[in-house]
Amino acid sequence: MKGRIDTLRLTAEAAAGLLERGELSAAELHAAYAEAIAKRDGELHCYLRTTPYTGGAGVPIALKDVIGTEGVETTAGSRILSGYVPVYDSTVAARCKGAGLPLLGKTNTDEFAMGSSTENSAYGPSHNPWDPERVPGGSGGGSAAAVSAGLAPWALGSDTGGSIKQPAALCGIVGLRPTYGTVSRYGIVAFASSLDQVGPTTRTVRDCARLYGVIAGRDPRDSTTVDVPGVELPTAEDLRGIKVGVPRELNEAEGIEPGVKEQVAKAIALCEELGADVEECRLPLSVEYGLPCYYLIAPAEASSNLARYDGVRYGFRAQADGDLTAVYETTRDAGFGDEPKRRIMIGTYALAAGYYEAFYGKAQQVRTVIVREHAALFERYDVLVSPTSPTVAFRFGEKTENPVAMYLSDLLTIPSCMAGLPGLSIPSGLSEGLPVGLQLIGPQLSENTLFRVGHALEQALGFDFVPERLR
Amino acid sequence: MMAITREEVLHVARLARLALTEEEVERLQGELNVILEAVGKVRELDLEGVEPTSHPLDLVNAWGDDEPQPSLPLEQALSNAPEEEAGFFRVPPA
Amino acid sequence: MTAWEPVIGLEIHAQLKTRTKMFCRCEVGFGFEPNARTCPVCLAHPGALPVPNARAIEWTVKLGLALGCEVAARALFHRKNYFYPDLPKGYQISQYDVPLCANGRFSVPGPDGDNEIGVVRAHLEEDAAKTVHVGGGTGRKVGSAHSLVDFNRGGTPLVEIVTAPDVRSADEARRFLQLLRQTIVELGISDAEMEKGTLRVDANISVRRPGEGYRTRWELKNVNSFSFVARGIEVAIARQIELYESGGSVEQETYDFDPDTNALTPHRSKEEADDYRYFPEPDLVPVEFPSGEVERIRAELPEAPGARIRRIGETLELEAAQVLVANGRDPLYEALVEAGVDPRTAANVVLNEASALDPAGVDAKELARVVEARSELPRETYLEAIAASASAGFRADAYLSQRAVSDEGELAPLIERILVANPGQVEAYRNGKEGLLGFFVGQVMRETEGKANARVVSELVREQLAR
Repeated sequence: MKGRIDTLRLTAEAAAGLLERGELSAAELHAAYAEAIAKRDGELHCYLRTTPYTGGAGVPIALKDVIGTEGVETTAGSRILSGYVPVYDSTVAARCKGAGLPLLGKTNTDEFAMGSSTENSAYGPSHNPWDPERVPGGSGGGSAAAVSAGLAPWALGSDTGGSIKQPAALCGIVGLRPTYGTVSRYGIVAFASSLDQVGPTTRTVRDCARLYGVIAGRDPRDSTTVDVPGVELPTAEDLRGIKVGVPRELNEAEGIEPGVKEQVAKAIALCEELGADVEECRLPLSVEYGLPCYYLIAPAEASSNLARYDGVRYGFRAQADGDLTAVYETTRDAGFGDEPKRRIMIGTYALAAGYYEAFYGKAQQVRTVIVREHAALFERYDVLVSPTSPTVAFRFGEKTENPVAMYLSDLLTIPSCMAGLPGLSIPSGLSEGLPVGLQLIGPQLSENTLFRVGHALEQALGFDFVPERLR
Repeated sequence: MMAITREEVLHVARLARLALTEEEVERLQGELNVILEAVGKVRELDLEGVEPTSHPLDLVNAWGDDEPQPSLPLEQALSNAPEEEAGFFRVPPA
Repeated sequence: MTAWEPVIGLEIHAQLKTRTKMFCRCEVGFGFEPNARTCPVCLAHPGALPVPNARAIEWTVKLGLALGCEVAARALFHRKNYFYPDLPKGYQISQYDVPLCANGRFSVPGPDGDNEIGVVRAHLEEDAAKTVHVGGGTGRKVGSAHSLVDFNRGGTPLVEIVTAPDVRSADEARRFLQLLRQTIVELGISDAEMEKGTLRVDANISVRRPGEGYRTRWELKNVNSFSFVARGIEVAIARQIELYESGGSVEQETYDFDPDTNALTPHRSKEEADDYRYFPEPDLVPVEFPSGEVERIRAELPEAPGARIRRIGETLELEAAQVLVANGRDPLYEALVEAGVDPRTAANVVLNEASALDPAGVDAKELARVVEARSELPRETYLEAIAASASAGFRADAYLSQRAVSDEGELAPLIERILVANPGQVEAYRNGKEGLLGFFVGQVMRETEGKANARVVSELVREQLAR
């Protein structure tokens, strides 16, 4: 193929086609993205670092900087890991390598994946390609913005309470949070162990399915993983035989912008047109208690997972007079930003003697309730739908005054995360010129159903994933 | 509603090995109270007899065989060490 | 001085001799270069995850069963959170309120009957790394005090056994520990050596008036032999009694014990009384050890040393039984007894003449025959026959008759010489002075330096004189 590749519109599937037909080499494709990044990432700051082409015959990929990559600096968006170069590949990075996917670079993230906007990154925020004065979402805003702006054909992110789905929604692209346990966490900088999952951030549902197939499946190095059914690339463009549940509490929660509600309502109507049975249903406690439950369990696990950052074996170590304790305390206070500190404090408190039962213990019980409520619905429905995010992309600084304001961005994604359920976000329309995401939630191991429903809707919606201002 | 006291903030910071500045202590006390208020909602529910969920999966017995795998070469084990001496990681006295 | 009752509980850590660590597959062992047996998991690199060692789990179940414990239907790993350089994750993966094994009992045969010590739990955890403290003085000059950390040991599987406070004396503690150690070693799961650190013991000590509830206890740590543990316990008991009787009180304290000075010094603690904030380990799934496997392991358990002591102690004195079992000589003893040897004789033989004998090659019935014949044999022959009984194919009758012949072969010329040298006494004997037999026998015995068998000599002399 002569002439330049315009990465702006390229899907991974289309790129794979180009490679297969020999229209260009993998090295050339990588170079095209490198060039696009050089030209346009200055404005968006999706990438923390880019990497040269070192081999691989497949479609290049960007990885969120919580995904460990051997020989390539991995910071998790934090100062405390500045300069840390892993001596081993995470399993997902190794699987991408094994599939011949060259690495484009590591994308920006809220520090330790804690946040909903990338404003918590120690290296500066990323910007939404639809409107650079607004956030791309978080924590995986870098990956979402890169894919949205054509600076990567696809990417991997990580999702704990919505960190793949919410940025996908705010950037107008596709994001999958897989069933807990289907993608290995080995080599992923841990935030909350019982919630973290790595997943695809892509332009189309088919790309998402394809990438999921590359990374999913049991890993003997991660005891919490399971085997997965084979991935089926979706083709059907109807929804006949699909029963769709519309949980009232998710769809009418406080704080959902009218524009978002409108777009989602249209998408739900479309489901019916495509042949699905659509019905309202209830999640009586999951939405109301999901956020508090998450913001106890996740910080508790995080407070423990972040204890290893002590300046002894890797990462930043502060100069401190005095003994070891002084080094620990100074290193950690200087190395961690405000949000990790907040969560470490909350988490430590929730686990502390005298408080365990009232906080962490209680939260684990609430989690059981959430699991049961969802399971009951899935006896009747194949998929539940709702908005992914209560709002479209917000402006920088809009939600940073009050930590809980930011936490509310995850209100709709969190409940299904607590139950380990998969969720797919697809763009369903625009509100005030900004993308609105539709969330599809399924029972455990129902990814193929989510792909099917997502693809059919995607085709029917015809949403153009290239940001208007870039076309 | 339980409010977190300054002493508790200091105690928790000690447990977590965070040397908070005075500004941080004050700010965090306020922020933690806001968060605790929000998450304290969980205590509203009557959860008598509800089992806690520690793991979202129904998985048990994921073990590895007692067969040795190669360890890291020494240079790699030490490669990220902030301070190293004669093959050991060096730290101030405890 | 009214009676005080010591109340002692023991915490024992045994390092399992698996090939790999508890949560990663780095090799376990001694003598490696520092940090040469490490990986992202045991170095706690970002993103590393634990994978439990199946053999360590099985061996913990085995030990728990040997200690009479119940195996949990569903056990969990927990995180124990604290900061120390030898703990790279900032938490230790251990077990908390649902350990693998619990509610057992361990009987220690004693002079006043068996002491049953409750085993509260036996659980599985990972060992910390090794920190070496270097240098002295303060300041930031090179050579100033600092610590060096070697992570090779970090992650080695440990079983922690916790007893109920049922031990009532320092001596009982020592006997308990010896028997426990032997039990562990015979299971083949650990070398359990205090000097090497593969067995560690902490003691919790308090005293009380009989009938009272529990009083405040002291913890004794870092003692590296059973006898020092016993001595440390004695010192602690005496000190506490002294305190109470002088009107003082006992505060909770952790001590190190110096066996050279018998001093108890407060332990320089790792961190202030910490809050470990235990919670279930989210990176590991629960352990539901299959009950079929539990039964298989239970059926394959060897008879515990305590049970053997008790059983043998039914026919032998307890102390002899203890010595036999402690030295691992009881299988040979029992085989001899079964072959008809009198128990006391058998014990004697096994502990003395046959003490160096490897029981593996011994046909006990043949050895028994040798033992039965001992009064007929020259001492040297007897000892050599015992030694020979360890070789394959040994037959007592064949061996002894051959030896008798050669013995006789050696003795005959000697006897002849003596008779020839004493013609007068020969004549006298032949003329009726039968008491002179003793004289000839005595001469032979003197010549052979007492090694000949007197009865055999007597026979042979009588034979020769009769010719």
